[in-house]
Amino acid sequence: MIADGSTSETLSLDDLHASVGVRSGRKHVLSILVENKPGVLTRVAGLFTRRGFNIDTLAVGPTDDDAISRITLTVDGALHPIDQVTKQLHKLVNVLKIRDLEPGDSLARELALFKVTVDGAQRAEVMQICDVFRGKVVDVSKESVIFEVTGTTEKITAFDEMLKPFGLVEMMRTGEIAIARGRDAT
Amino acid sequence: MRAVDAIMECLKAEGVEVVFGLPGGANLPTYDALVDSEIRHILVRHEAGGGHAAEGYAKATGKVGVAFGTSGPGATNLVTPIVDAMMDSVPVVFMTGQIRSDLLGTDGFQEADTIGITMPGVKHSFMVTDAEDIPRTIHEAFYIARSGRPGPVVVDIPVDVSRAEINYVPVTEVSLPGYQPNIDGNAKQIRQAAKALAAAKRPVLYVGGGVVLGDASEELRALVASDRFPVTSTLMGLGSFPSEGTQWLGMLGMHGTRTANYSMDQADLICAIGARFDDRITGKLDEFAPHAKFIHIDVDPAEISKNVPAHIPIVGDVKSILPHLTSEYRALGADSARLDDWLAQIASWKKEFPLTYNDTDDSEIRPQYMVEAVYEATGGNAIICSDVGQHQMWTAQYYHFPEPRRWINSGGLGTMGFGLPAAMGAKVGCPDQDVVLIAGDGSIQMNIQELAACSQEGIDVKVLIMNNGCLGMVRQWQELFWEQRYSHVDMGDFPDYVKLAEAYGATGIRLTDKSTLVDDIRAAIATPGPVVVDVRVTEEENVYPMISPGMPARDMVG
Ligand SMILES: Cc1ncc(C[n+]2csc(CCOP(=O)(O)OP(=O)(O)O)c2C)c(N)n1
Ligand SMILES: [Mg+2]
Repeated sequence: MIADGSTSETLSLDDLHASVGVRSGRKHVLSILVENKPGVLTRVAGLFTRRGFNIDTLAVGPTDDDAISRITLTVDGALHPIDQVTKQLHKLVNVLKIRDLEPGDSLARELALFKVTVDGAQRAEVMQICDVFRGKVVDVSKESVIFEVTGTTEKITAFDEMLKPFGLVEMMRTGEIAIARGRDAT
Repeated sequence: MRAVDAIMECLKAEGVEVVFGLPGGANLPTYDALVDSEIRHILVRHEAGGGHAAEGYAKATGKVGVAFGTSGPGATNLVTPIVDAMMDSVPVVFMTGQIRSDLLGTDGFQEADTIGITMPGVKHSFMVTDAEDIPRTIHEAFYIARSGRPGPVVVDIPVDVSRAEINYVPVTEVSLPGYQPNIDGNAKQIRQAAKALAAAKRPVLYVGGGVVLGDASEELRALVASDRFPVTSTLMGLGSFPSEGTQWLGMLGMHGTRTANYSMDQADLICAIGARFDDRITGKLDEFAPHAKFIHIDVDPAEISKNVPAHIPIVGDVKSILPHLTSEYRALGADSARLDDWLAQIASWKKEFPLTYNDTDDSEIRPQYMVEAVYEATGGNAIICSDVGQHQMWTAQYYHFPEPRRWINSGGLGTMGFGLPAAMGAKVGCPDQDVVLIAGDGSIQMNIQELAACSQEGIDVKVLIMNNGCLGMVRQWQELFWEQRYSHVDMGDFPDYVKLAEAYGATGIRLTDKSTLVDDIRAAIATPGPVVVDVRVTEEENVYPMISPGMPARDMVG
């Protein structure tokens, strides 16, 4: 945004560059603190709809302060200029803080439940896959098994791909939540 | 104290002198409190009229306008003014009644989800569920409406909540942790902007409605005077710089001057001040101002780089930033001679492409001439309001606004029917000034009922209908872009505006002769009370020049 040499007395217009408005091309995890008031989620979601931004995943939960909730949402930075998304969000009066978590400086997790119908030999095979993904078997019946897996969105998507050939009945995902690494709060 | 009496106290504390509205079941308690309040209430004939009147009041005075409506249809009638106020950043607080709390969500009589319906079009909104919260909420609403980038705020109060008794303690401070508009502007960026201006050989100052809203006209003029910077303005910024003199390029955009649009096209540096690069300004975005670097000054950070990437963004209040920029620029002692060629180029464009129209020798009134006649009759000293259409564009082109807040129109939303109620609100806010509405014959019918409110309340608006017998702007587009296949733009000779004016208790006049037009308009404006003048103008006339939709500015036609 600011050209080099801003301390010198003269400036050449050729040295000015605009760097905002560009697309990052990657997934962004936005961690948003909002006031815990009726309709706040609608305001956030409505803003995305109205501005034509897509939400890929969305997770809402309480924080350790009753008056504040956290919304974690993921947005594709290849489709939308993220600075425009965050600036529009900041204009919502109930939005207190927004953090665009850098993948390297944060941990993201999602929880998913998978129901598969398997019997006999196949059952052993899916159990093995589950082991590799550090999943848990949380329910078993004669014809079906339910697995629980946590991890990044990518890991869960990979697990999903692996299970698909085995009579996957359904899958539920929570959407990602994320936390900053290091000692400071997100 | 009754909660509704506390509402009156809060409004008084906010300096509210007048409210525009219409009562119903869900705001009966509030209307009861009005009986004993010193606050003036103007009974409008349609809530949309009340909402636009509050906008007109706010635009003319710079204060927060206030509109009341009941639940359900009262609130939905306010939707258009709410969105209009959002698009033009007008500070208005809309207070709506809501049905009883225990009935909410049951499709009760006159229930509408006011908060939900208005949410995409408000700066903020509040549903009050506890009567004790009413005072604080009202002050927060006013604070949000007027500060930062102004805008509409809705306060929805269920009727049982407004009926309650509360322990009223005056509120002296509001605290909104999620809302902290930036005021000052980054000093380093301002210095950088000054240097860029000093380096520019073909600069243009492109000013928008933000300069009017920010009351920064003086500060803008000081910046312009620090060198010979050429200035252009959007529709909404007109008057922030006087519409005359060598540095004035005229309005820019779709119906702007060739000089202004060519200047943007050739500029090496554009300094946008309280403007937002709307599509009516840029034309084809990819080919907009291809040689320019951009300084963008705006109080709303989200406007910066929204449509056009800024090279030097400055977020803050124009009123505090501009003097800072001016003194930084002056300190650089830039050589003004670098602008000679640019100013010569501009002068030659101005000479070659003045705004013109074909006049004839007969008595027929050209619409452009009508605006020139109004300018002459008022000496440029009136508050001019307009509706939406060709008449609005001609007024912008031919009335040379000398001062800010003299030009009140619906820009962003382009709301037909805005004019009459807005003029009414402007007159209530500025009773000592002449308020003249240049209305379209189509638009005026969308809120004509407010003539009754004007007559009843003695609100002296002068309505000049530019009567071309059609929805002129749509007719123009059908002529130019749809092979003259005219579809539903002819309105015939209805209604008879003279009779209609009389029915409403106003004076009705019809004017058809060009030769006496200036004097006739002067006389109409001097006539006491509300006046409606039916000015018959040429039907088939187009607003030129024009950037055809989706075309670059350099390809202006007409
Ligand atoms: C509420 C609304 N409906 C439709 C339009 C579309 N529209 C824009 S200009 C126009 C014609 C307005 O006619 P009139 O008021 O007579 O003005 P003129 O163009 O003839 O000067 C119309 C229909 C609008 N702007 N607002
Ligand atoms: Mg017309």
